[in-house]
Amino acid sequence: MTRRIFEDAIDAAIADAMASDERVVLFGLDVPMLRAGLYARFGEGRVLGAPISEGAYLTAAVGAAMAGLRPVVEIMMVDFMGVALDALLNHAAKLEGFTHGRWRCPLVVRTACGAGYGDGGQHGQTLWGLLAGIPGLTVVAPSTPDDAYGLMASALAHDGPVVLLEHKLLTKNWLEFVGSGGRAGLSFDVPADGHEGEVSGRPVPFGKAVVRRRGDDVTLVSLGVGVHRALAAAELLAAEGISAEVLDLRSVLPLDEGAVLASVRRTGRLLVVDEDYRRFGLSGELAAVVAEHGVAARFARVCTDDTIPFARHLEAAALPSVARVVTEVRRLVDARAPAKRSATAPSAVETAH
Amino acid sequence: MTRPDREALYRSMRRILTFEEAVRALWQEGRISGEMHLCRGEEALAAGVMAHHREGDAVSCDHRPHGQFVARGVPLVDVLAELLGDERGLCAGRGGHMHLFSRRHLIATTGIVGAPAPLGAGFALALKRLQPAAVAFAYGGDGAANQGLFLETLNLASVWRLPLLLVCKDNGWGVTTWSRDVTAGDQVTRARAFGLVAERVDGMDPIAVWHATERLLAHVRAGRGPALLHARCTRLDGHFLGDRMVRAARDLEEGAEMGRNVVENATARHGGRMRDRLRALARMGKSVVRLKRGLGKKNDPTLQPAGTLGLSDDARGRIDAAVDAEVRAAVAAVAKEAA
Repeated sequence: MTRRIFEDAIDAAIADAMASDERVVLFGLDVPMLRAGLYARFGEGRVLGAPISEGAYLTAAVGAAMAGLRPVVEIMMVDFMGVALDALLNHAAKLEGFTHGRWRCPLVVRTACGAGYGDGGQHGQTLWGLLAGIPGLTVVAPSTPDDAYGLMASALAHDGPVVLLEHKLLTKNWLEFVGSGGRAGLSFDVPADGHEGEVSGRPVPFGKAVVRRRGDDVTLVSLGVGVHRALAAAELLAAEGISAEVLDLRSVLPLDEGAVLASVRRTGRLLVVDEDYRRFGLSGELAAVVAEHGVAARFARVCTDDTIPFARHLEAAALPSVARVVTEVRRLVDARAPAKRSATAPSAVETAH
Repeated sequence: MTRPDREALYRSMRRILTFEEAVRALWQEGRISGEMHLCRGEEALAAGVMAHHREGDAVSCDHRPHGQFVARGVPLVDVLAELLGDERGLCAGRGGHMHLFSRRHLIATTGIVGAPAPLGAGFALALKRLQPAAVAFAYGGDGAANQGLFLETLNLASVWRLPLLLVCKDNGWGVTTWSRDVTAGDQVTRARAFGLVAERVDGMDPIAVWHATERLLAHVRAGRGPALLHARCTRLDGHFLGDRMVRAARDLEEGAEMGRNVVENATARHGGRMRDRLRALARMGKSVVRLKRGLGKKNDPTLQPAGTLGLSDDARGRIDAAVDAEVRAAVAAVAKEAA
């Protein structure tokens, strides 16, 4: 066990793979400075700085992976995937299907995501639902340094394309880089257990959720920073006599349907805590999984509804928060309350009966 | 031939500078959240180009938009309130520093590098049909010039003969990357290859920028197609305020911490070939030296002889005082709003 901060755990997994496999290369915009340690250790040739040409270098990574390299590519923020999405949507994700598995593309995309530091709607999205909507990709979003190492290790060993999203509230350097900028006096709601922790160095299998807290009355399903919000909410709810189970998905795609179903069958209530957009994404998918398996459950979701506003108080209200989770759980467990759609705005926050 | 209004150019540069120093203070106090890309080093360029803006023209800005917004005449108090996330801001506090929009002034911003060019081409397309005398200005940096969106726009704007002036603000850097390390060819040659009229100008000299812009706009306004102005400028605060590379270059302690990490890794076992490692170290060292060289007064266009525009001390003092009062009033109004 080594104590590491979140991004160092990811770097360590990359370093381990680069040390043991010459085919692993790292490239992307600003990588020589962002990953100065890896650049210094593996040098030019293995670590390449790229121009701001995400469409070209991400698609080139697909080609390189097809021709024998195992590239790790950085897209600085997942929001910028917009200019490069074709590489994943039409190339990386489809190769295995087109060739009936005869040709695969061992590509890892590392990208920062998430809001909570007041940077506006083009720099704070999570977009894992959008990416996981593309068959052929693996999409993971760790919530702890141990999982960050483990999922990156699995990604590096995998023969298909994987996107690993690291939340900026969990990564000290990103938050310093784009949030505080060396200023004192700003506060960010950083989950301590996600930001730094023990790293076992073991790979974490894809599609395997983990129960972070046992409970009987309601299942909270989340990932990334949302897991920590759900855990904090579960703690508050316990004081009210509500026992909440917290399931950390870790992988969006493949989705651990079995773990979700097993928990929801027991609790009869499912609340999805998802920082990604509410519509047409992960939360709706989880509702579909439950419905498809004939599990009768009360369902609600706490997500991001709309373009993330810049002003910090508006941003805080727009993101899944402990308060929003607590309110929704109270509604779910209150048998008298009529079944309803999840509250979409924090203005709907009210005291339970 | 028309002549530049030297006092107006000086006033424009001064308004941008003073406005941004006020923004810096508010950001430093923690009253503005997120990233803050000041355009310190672009004042002469912003003033010289925007002096040619006419009512009805459109402006498409990148993540470093303050110079264009101030020169365009968007009320300072509206922009400041927006930066503070105030309900009374330009976008009701929803957009923020990288997402400033004023429909009334037909000026917009995007934080996606390279995107201002095609957005500007779209502005130009609309203007061509709806307001034939007007043109669109689209800004981007040397980093953006390698974005597919930008390169495709060179072609698109050319074949559609769009009334578009692309302005490449070349400060030498794309975030932490020295642009020349990742750029093949040069912007002017590239643009000419696509059939644009293009000029290279010293962006530190407002008069030179003014004349170059006038020549290019004569072509664009005549409906003969798009043009590109390539202007060298500087980046006095790094990529954004609090840029860690700038802090490391200025502060020995911070630099030493980064240096230790690099040295530890450079000497770690199971790494790359020694030659490759040394090359990486050399390049990193060079970056820090270049960055350091780019900071400081000698790179500040507002402190260069050209930046005084040949005005007397008296004339400049009068303008400075008026601008200071304007910005102070805007800050006071916003501070009151936010309180």
